[in-house]
Amino acid sequence: MTDAHSPHGPDDLPRSGNQQGSIDAVDAVTAPAVEVTDLTVAYGERPVLWDIDLALPAGQLMAILGPNGAGKTTLIKAILGLVTPVAGQILIHGQPYAQQRRLVGYVPQRGSVDWDFPTTVLDVVTMGLYGTLGWLRRPGRREKVQAEAALAKVGMSAFANRQISQLSGGQQQRVFLARALVQDARIYFMDEPFQGVDAKTERAIVALLKELRSQGRTVIVVHHDLQTVPEYFDWAMLLNIRRIACGPVAEVFNDENLRLTYGGRVEFLQRKSQPQPAPPERDEPPVGHYGGHIQP
Amino acid sequence: MTTPQLEILAIAVVTAVGCALVGSFLLLRGMAMMSDAISHAILPGIVIAFLIVGDLSSPWLVVAAAAMGVVAVILVELLYRTGRVREDAAIGLVFPALFSLGIILITRVVGNVHLDTDVVLLGELAFAPFDRLVIGGHDLGPRHLYLMGTITAINLLFIVTFYKELKLATFDAGLAAALGFAPAAIHYGLMLLVSITAVGAFDAVGLVLVVALMIAPAAAAYLLTGRLGRMLWLAALFGLLTAASGLWLATWLDASIAGSMATCAGLLFAAVYMLAPRHGLLAVLLRRRRQRYQFAQTMLAIHLLQHEGRPEEADEARVDHLYGRHVGWDRPFTTQVVAQAVAAELVIRRDDRLTLTDRGRTRAAQALAL
Repeated sequence: MTDAHSPHGPDDLPRSGNQQGSIDAVDAVTAPAVEVTDLTVAYGERPVLWDIDLALPAGQLMAILGPNGAGKTTLIKAILGLVTPVAGQILIHGQPYAQQRRLVGYVPQRGSVDWDFPTTVLDVVTMGLYGTLGWLRRPGRREKVQAEAALAKVGMSAFANRQISQLSGGQQQRVFLARALVQDARIYFMDEPFQGVDAKTERAIVALLKELRSQGRTVIVVHHDLQTVPEYFDWAMLLNIRRIACGPVAEVFNDENLRLTYGGRVEFLQRKSQPQPAPPERDEPPVGHYGGHIQP
Repeated sequence: MTTPQLEILAIAVVTAVGCALVGSFLLLRGMAMMSDAISHAILPGIVIAFLIVGDLSSPWLVVAAAAMGVVAVILVELLYRTGRVREDAAIGLVFPALFSLGIILITRVVGNVHLDTDVVLLGELAFAPFDRLVIGGHDLGPRHLYLMGTITAINLLFIVTFYKELKLATFDAGLAAALGFAPAAIHYGLMLLVSITAVGAFDAVGLVLVVALMIAPAAAAYLLTGRLGRMLWLAALFGLLTAASGLWLATWLDASIAGSMATCAGLLFAAVYMLAPRHGLLAVLLRRRRQRYQFAQTMLAIHLLQHEGRPEEADEARVDHLYGRHVGWDRPFTTQVVAQAVAAELVIRRDDRLTLTDRGRTRAAQALAL
């Protein structure tokens, strides 16, 4: 039951910046990194996503924005085949996900796992390599080295042998990122990577996202802090069960679309002109009040 | 020990180890109560298979019972997925229904065969040596030992083979699915093993106490280690200890083997819970006590520092000042804190007067962050 080798195996991945241009240029023309057509997901009779379309060129950092219950997580899960859609087609670099698993890295919400599970930080990071190992093969020396390198990248080397229950929220998030990094994916899906992390970790994560982009990879992030969208992202999808808008941030991230997405008054864009440090978001902003952030 | 006693011991140990292995994964998946559901739900499977085959030692009974265990898991999940009941309620609805069906079938249809309700509930390990595996006229030993040995070996083989997959699917089913590891298949594979194990253990300890053997050793092991591999080894070891000590207790008290084993499982967990080096009750209490005295010493140092060189010093620095009206410590506590502070060279005691040493002054200053 090993994954079928995809035409874009990990070996085809551009590792340095100099060759990525040509590969991505081809991809951008022939097949978007992620292409979603007419996707509808429903839980019972309640629609969670209505007729979503998306065509994201490779090499972009995209934010998925929307209020609570807008279907942001569901969209990611549908793309990754974790929920079954009622209708629609999903392609990753032109192929169904099942054939492209190796190209995709996934960072679930931090709260989706049990952090009291008896295992170490290094072990969790190594799990990112299970996909390339396939069934039955155990991680060995090589996987350990890779995992250690990824931990170093997120500044968590000193924690390699810690039990995961001893980590803070920000450290947990870094471990999850390291686990995604070892996957060496071309497209990353991250569900609220900034949730509950301190300002320092947020900066470190953003730097990492930009580095991934500079290597020609595509990153899709469920995001909540509207103030940081123009600074962090190239693309944005505004979502509230249906797609409100999707495109380059400069084109779609505006007053009108935000009002359509969140409803209520929009004071955000007026405030945006005054640069201010991005406060770490802890919870999803309540509908209609996303303009003002309360420093935790 | 006589040969039958040794045989009983061997069966009990093999059963307990097999239970502890799959129980560890149930525990980590937050499904401890599912072991209860499965162990009860296998009963109608056994009875129905017996009605069809008409032979209590037929392997078909194991197959049918294990299938019924998986049916119970599926029913629980279907109920849960309706979104109308929570998972614990779903378990509570499914297993009494299946179990009572089994009980009714036994009492009404099967009548008075070996399958009576007492044996079903509590097992009868004491008679296990009479049930021999005889092939071609050769007595190969007690049948249950072979049955349970096979089941435990299958459990071990499954866990060793799919260790990586089990770990990932248990820790993060979402990632397991995204990486193509079919966590649902792993889940049902595990549930099938739990069912088979419950069927085998049912002969040894009865349906009611299978839960004790699956959960208690695993829960004790979980308290002692932060590594999955070590947890599995420890759980198996605790299973072994539970079985051996349970048999010993049963012999000593001349009581039910199943009851004694479950009691020992509980006692073992309680002992680990009390004595676990880092998170055990005793360690926590000791740590709190030590912290309380440490804090009191610091408080004493600060108290002395505040009044040092002032007119009231003579009064405030007296030991008897510390208990009673002002500081409010009781007398034995004061005596002990002062003795510890003197031993730690934080203060010097002359008669009833206390004077800070340099070390004591530093400690107070640090605590006040001066």
